[in-house]
Amino acid sequence: MKQPVGHYAYESRDREFLQERIAEFEDQVKRRLSGALSEEEFKPLRLMNGIYLQVHAYMLRVAIPYGILDSRQLRKLAHVAQRYDRGYGHFTTRQNIQFNWIALEDAPAILRDLAEADMHAIQTSGNCIRNITSDEYAGAARDELMDPRVHAEILRQWSTLHPEFTFLPRKFKIAISGSPEDRVAARFHDIGLLARPSENGPLFRVFVGGGLGRTPVVGQELFDSVPEAELLATLEATLRVYNAYGRRDNLYRARIKILVQTIGIEPFREAVKAELAKMDLSHYRLTPERVAAIRARFAAPELHAVDDADAVLAQHQKEDPDFARWVQSNTHPHFDEGYSIATVSLKTPGDIPGDVTAEQMDGLADIAERFAFSELRVTHLQNIVLGHVRKDQLYALWQGLKELNLAAPNIGLAGDIVSCPGLDYCTLANARSLPLARKLGARFGDARLQEEIGALSINISGCINACGHHHAGHIGILGVDKRGSEFYQILLGGQAGDHASIGAILGPALSEDDAVAAIARIIDHYLAHRNEQESFLEMVTRLGKAPFKEVAYETV
Amino acid sequence: MKLFNLSQQHIIPAEEADPVSLAELKEHPEAYAVALEPDESVEALRPFLAQITLVVLHFPIFRDGRAFTQARSLREYEDYKEEIRVTGHVLPDQAAFLRRCGVDTVVLSDDDDQTEWEAQLKRFTITYQQSIAS
Ligand code: HEM
Ligand code: SF4
Repeated sequence: MKQPVGHYAYESRDREFLQERIAEFEDQVKRRLSGALSEEEFKPLRLMNGIYLQVHAYMLRVAIPYGILDSRQLRKLAHVAQRYDRGYGHFTTRQNIQFNWIALEDAPAILRDLAEADMHAIQTSGNCIRNITSDEYAGAARDELMDPRVHAEILRQWSTLHPEFTFLPRKFKIAISGSPEDRVAARFHDIGLLARPSENGPLFRVFVGGGLGRTPVVGQELFDSVPEAELLATLEATLRVYNAYGRRDNLYRARIKILVQTIGIEPFREAVKAELAKMDLSHYRLTPERVAAIRARFAAPELHAVDDADAVLAQHQKEDPDFARWVQSNTHPHFDEGYSIATVSLKTPGDIPGDVTAEQMDGLADIAERFAFSELRVTHLQNIVLGHVRKDQLYALWQGLKELNLAAPNIGLAGDIVSCPGLDYCTLANARSLPLARKLGARFGDARLQEEIGALSINISGCINACGHHHAGHIGILGVDKRGSEFYQILLGGQAGDHASIGAILGPALSEDDAVAAIARIIDHYLAHRNEQESFLEMVTRLGKAPFKEVAYETV
Repeated sequence: MKLFNLSQQHIIPAEEADPVSLAELKEHPEAYAVALEPDESVEALRPFLAQITLVVLHFPIFRDGRAFTQARSLREYEDYKEEIRVTGHVLPDQAAFLRRCGVDTVVLSDDDDQTEWEAQLKRFTITYQQSIAS
């Protein structure tokens, strides 16, 4: 088989490992049924295989390491959706896919089917190192300093069934980017890594102790420039400190962010350095040979741009204004002038953000094969990116997407809503989030209106756990329970990235319809009073929340 | 009570060992077995390691993984070569992790199924990290 573009090609030992893991899980299900394992004991074991118990059924969360899928894998996911679920899957903000309606008895068979395409659900849940997330424009963006995916794969392997770190105080999320823009929200992760090249090989800036959830914290810099050779040693040392000293008496105080906050970043750094001083670093060295061996299992796309690509694209844009609008919002500069990065919006107005049917998955797999070297990337904003598309072929690509009803021109705009599953699926929820997402999506569905509003992120979570990243949205919405009814708090001014900040709560929570109306008035106020070229976020930063609060609560 | 031997090293029989606590160790220069609590640092054992041939680590519940770090630290930082044993709530599903962090023996109750432990220990032929255990 040809090596996949953009992700690591499994070798036979990786496949053997998956089979061993599935056999283990099958045995665990048996022992649960026989009573040898109690439910309390079984729960963390099934979670570490991605299996949750939700409101109506079991849910399976499948890992998409660093967000990269090949078309063969996407077809396999379509098969799972069709055969074991209700014909669709849900892409999440952590670059995973969830199937919401599976039967526990089917789980081993599903895992076996997934393994045929070198996929698994390992460590997509549980108090262990979770799926490593990365930059959706990796290896393609013009502004990128280095492709972080080879190192993401090294971290994936290092963290897989790590003997010391599989029973941590709490879950542990690592993200890695090689862009100066920090497209992975590095400062909202337990560990965030920003990679850059140097004369002496890659260097890593390490952030620690960020996170959302009920205690949102912006991560702090642990080290500025960790050399590649010491990357694994540094992560080992950090996790050793966390495993030994992270709190275990209170679920809500157990993340590394609480430890870092409690003792302070300076003492935490000293503790990590003390570990490093005790370690024989040669033993943990990530050698250039090892990096090269992993890199050799990644295929690079063979780019052959045509000379008149720009002219052809310009002509298509002139002929078809709808296409032009889509190009404007849904493409991003590629390092090769003849290519473009295209984002497929999974936010069709009125639909559930991130939901994709089996037919759409198969259709996307076809499109990826035709136009994008069979490679797809799942984004942390619940969309799909095609990394390398010839500019002269964008029009044909767009037409294909239209047929799949996946051509919404709304990336980075009001309709590009991030939402968690909320009360419709999640046992922890206070309120539904999907109906609100659909209503807002429909309200701002008009492409021209969205274009006029410009850059805007709306993020919805059904409870304080913040799976929809509501703190990091320009407009955040948090579902709360008010005497048994579903209500929604509105937050303003959050953002991820280099200037990460946490949104401020606007005022008392509102009912669903009032919340939609209040947000519409907030947007109207912005449109009526913005300075020239001023984005929504810039206006909120300039004026603070007071004027928006006034219009939001005007009629309530 | 019985012992499951993970490492096939020579081990101290279950009925022989009578571990003292870290606090008691200071008053018992003749003690060769010590029991550490999960929040006690293995570094505190350093002055006594020459006399010690058994360190017992404790799992209050199987989800509390601090003993993995303690065991690995004993081997790696303290260069401790003698037996490491774990007690408390552990699962056979943790057998290979324990072994790979340098644990030699697991205290089981008399009705625990040893064959399950044997099976789990052998389950994975592929691992992605180096192990401190020889
Ligand atoms: C049954 C479904 C789910 C359950 C039970 C669940 C549970 C949780 C809990 C308890 C937290 C808080 C953890 C903490 O602060 O220590 C959390 C955080 C988070 N979850 Fe979920 N979640 C679910 C679905 C999702 C989905 C669908 C997504 C992606 C769309 C997601 C992505 C995240 C993210 C990104 C966080 C961020 C906060 C952080 O890690 O600091 N989760 N989840
Ligand atoms: S934010 Fe709350 S409601 Fe939404 S998925 Fe997470 S835990 Fe469930």
